[in-house]
Amino acid sequence: MAKPKPWLEPHPHGLYVKPADLWIDPSRPVERAAVTHGHADHARSGHGAVFATPETLAIMALRYGVDVEASRNQAFPYGDGFERGGVRFSFHPAGHVLGSAQILMEYAGERIVITGDYKRRPDPTCAPFEVVPCDIFITEATFGLPVFRHPPTSDEIGKLIGAVRAEPDRCVLVGAYALGKAQRVMAELRAAGWDAPIYIHGAMEKMCALYAAHGVDLGELRLVSETDKAAMAGQIIVAPPSALNDRWSRRLPDPVTAMASGWMRVRQRARQRMVELPLVISDHADWDELTTTISQVNPKETWITHGSEDGLLRWCELHQRTARALHLVGRDLEEEV
Amino acid sequence: MKAFAALIDRLIYTRSRNSKLALIADYLKHTPDPDRGWAIAALTESLDFSAVKSAMVRTLLATRVDEELFRLSRHFVGDTAETAALLWPDAPGAQADLTVAAAVDTLSTATRATAPAILASLLDRLDADGRYALLKLALGGMRVGVSARLAKQAFAQAFDVPVDDVEELWHAIAPPYAPLFAWGEGRAERPDLKDVAFFRPFMLAHPLEEATVDLADFAAEWKWDGIRVQIVHVGGQTRIYSRGGEEISAAFPELVAAFDQDAVIDGELLVRGDAQGGEAASFNALQQRLGRKTVSKKMLAESPAFVRVYDLLAVDGNDLRPLPWTERRRQLEAFVPRLADSHFDLSQVIDADDFDDLATRRAGARDAAIEGVMLKRRDAPYVAGRRAGLWYKWKRDPLTADCVMMYAQRGNGRRASFYSDYTFGCWSEDGELLPVGKAYSGFTDEELKWLDKFVRDNTLNRFGPVREVEKSLVLEVAFDSIHSSKRHKSGLAMRFPRISRIRRDKPADEADRIATLLAMVT
Repeated sequence: MAKPKPWLEPHPHGLYVKPADLWIDPSRPVERAAVTHGHADHARSGHGAVFATPETLAIMALRYGVDVEASRNQAFPYGDGFERGGVRFSFHPAGHVLGSAQILMEYAGERIVITGDYKRRPDPTCAPFEVVPCDIFITEATFGLPVFRHPPTSDEIGKLIGAVRAEPDRCVLVGAYALGKAQRVMAELRAAGWDAPIYIHGAMEKMCALYAAHGVDLGELRLVSETDKAAMAGQIIVAPPSALNDRWSRRLPDPVTAMASGWMRVRQRARQRMVELPLVISDHADWDELTTTISQVNPKETWITHGSEDGLLRWCELHQRTARALHLVGRDLEEEV
Repeated sequence: MKAFAALIDRLIYTRSRNSKLALIADYLKHTPDPDRGWAIAALTESLDFSAVKSAMVRTLLATRVDEELFRLSRHFVGDTAETAALLWPDAPGAQADLTVAAAVDTLSTATRATAPAILASLLDRLDADGRYALLKLALGGMRVGVSARLAKQAFAQAFDVPVDDVEELWHAIAPPYAPLFAWGEGRAERPDLKDVAFFRPFMLAHPLEEATVDLADFAAEWKWDGIRVQIVHVGGQTRIYSRGGEEISAAFPELVAAFDQDAVIDGELLVRGDAQGGEAASFNALQQRLGRKTVSKKMLAESPAFVRVYDLLAVDGNDLRPLPWTERRRQLEAFVPRLADSHFDLSQVIDADDFDDLATRRAGARDAAIEGVMLKRRDAPYVAGRRAGLWYKWKRDPLTADCVMMYAQRGNGRRASFYSDYTFGCWSEDGELLPVGKAYSGFTDEELKWLDKFVRDNTLNRFGPVREVEKSLVLEVAFDSIHSSKRHKSGLAMRFPRISRIRRDKPADEADRIATLLAMVT
């Protein structure tokens, strides 16, 4: 069993870096926070000062009104960082969503990397994960069970396009998280040659514009609320998962309900969500990506933060790797952000 | 296996009946023999590989995957076949062309000793979806919502043949049904069913909507509240079929043993109850015996089954179905004494003077197992399905109670965005509201919109898909009968509850009390 480090304290609501008096992804307001990415279970409002990538800060500005211009909030592009209390912090791509970063901390000759959320497969909307050598690797474990092996994204996008073409009188309504997954589905559709307008729920409009402003081309997007029902037959609609079975969906022409999520790998989960077309598309590393990444980083110790810690711990045990589980709270696993 | 795996995957996520029919029909049209026959047999749970068991699959998996990781995964997934399918390591060259037929052939040679190695070699040839299909095929428990009835309809739809013919032929032919497909595709004559204990589709009734019928034209019988069955005995073989054409012989061995005449009867399967002095008990008692693959001695002794015979469809090799009811009835009365009276009795014709007299008798019927009255046209042949003007069912007037809505849940399919399933309760002596039933029908589309809005505007708590509502809305609930039940806190279970009226005018504290419902128990 790995021992905790005196300079890095795991608390239920985040990791506290003692010499720098700074928290990483705290789930409650603090004086100083370094934030890995913009999802609500990692980025909260109300911090005194935020340290993050420029994209993450822009997302936090959009979602929580964080003042990007205020000098206390600082943006660091990938590879860049800052020093505080003797700790050197730097940001490195995590491949999860636009602006997502791993944070490397160097202190007293020791290197610790916290991944935030990450994945390894290509994503047209964000920079790919970089392997950062370190002594302690703090990894997520959302899909830390060997049943989770995500199929190739292009197969799933192919299923989606096939479903729209099979029933041209209906539309396919894809539930996808409003930050990251939605834009990735759109970008993957474009890459697969789907050039018709994509219809979106109003709650996604600003985030899609933010992605476009950061150079991610999503093609022509139209609002469902401004479109006739009949015009959406044979089209793809993207909405937050909460809208799938909501009254909002009554304005669509006989939608086939789809959902883009790693949880869709498990049939009964998909059925419970009343999904007709499950799409196994995830922004989290699957089992193979998690275990491959640990092998590639090859740390002295692996700390596991959130998800199926038990499964990944067992793998580390079977592979003679020192590991421990950190029990952080407030990570929103069911919605798989 | 790829096409079959894709089919069951689509069926799992498809809730509409018509879409299921279209999917299966499409598969049957585009898949060669004998794969499609084996596939449809698997979907309708007609295959049994006794050497392959869940526990064996778990043991086999332990040879390839760490047991602790399997345990954690199984706990998460909740289904052994699915967990095993996902965990089994991909072998190089997987998804080689393993056909359903090859899998069935190989599995059927398995003994308890050879089964693990055989299953492993098959799993190595498939990808995750294929492994899931294979394991479901081998273990059973497909759970894709495909009944035998649905499969037959899909067959009829695929090949544009009458579903009644498919019904008859289906049980006469064993999987993989090659002669059935040959006939369906017009490549062969209709198979000959002499000496085969095949199922004849039931004749069904419409609800009586006319104010009256002339008893000179119609005979009246009691409608018993059991399950409608057909018993076929030919060539030394006895089979019992339920209304959908599902074979249920295994659940009622005493009837199989007792029916020893070359004939086909239509009747109501009932159980005798002590509380009824050895007469027919309520449907509730019968339920204990349904859906079983084997029956214990205790159960045979406590709830003995018998059949109240309504009709005679064939006897001594002669098909009586074209004959009018009066002639069939004459032959039935002559035939029933050939059967053991411990297990078979004749459904009596109600000797009413006229329709008003019949109405009086119907209103006065208090027997636990009487559901209402059947009216059968005296000159009508026995024809499959529901034909206008021939048979009517005239159920007892439903009972009603004023209940209070307690919880609501969203529906399926077209109703996915509506709170359309309601749990309602009545007041206990202590002034507590106890749930007494659940209903999701009986209201119009307009009323559904109103109910949906009521739920959204009056939500107290959310438990996953369920909402608890303000206990303020009174629903008049209609139900056919009510029984005591140990499963419910109120001690009551309703049969066929539906919402009959929304009582916006009635304050919740004036809704019915549990004691009122207890007085209606039969």
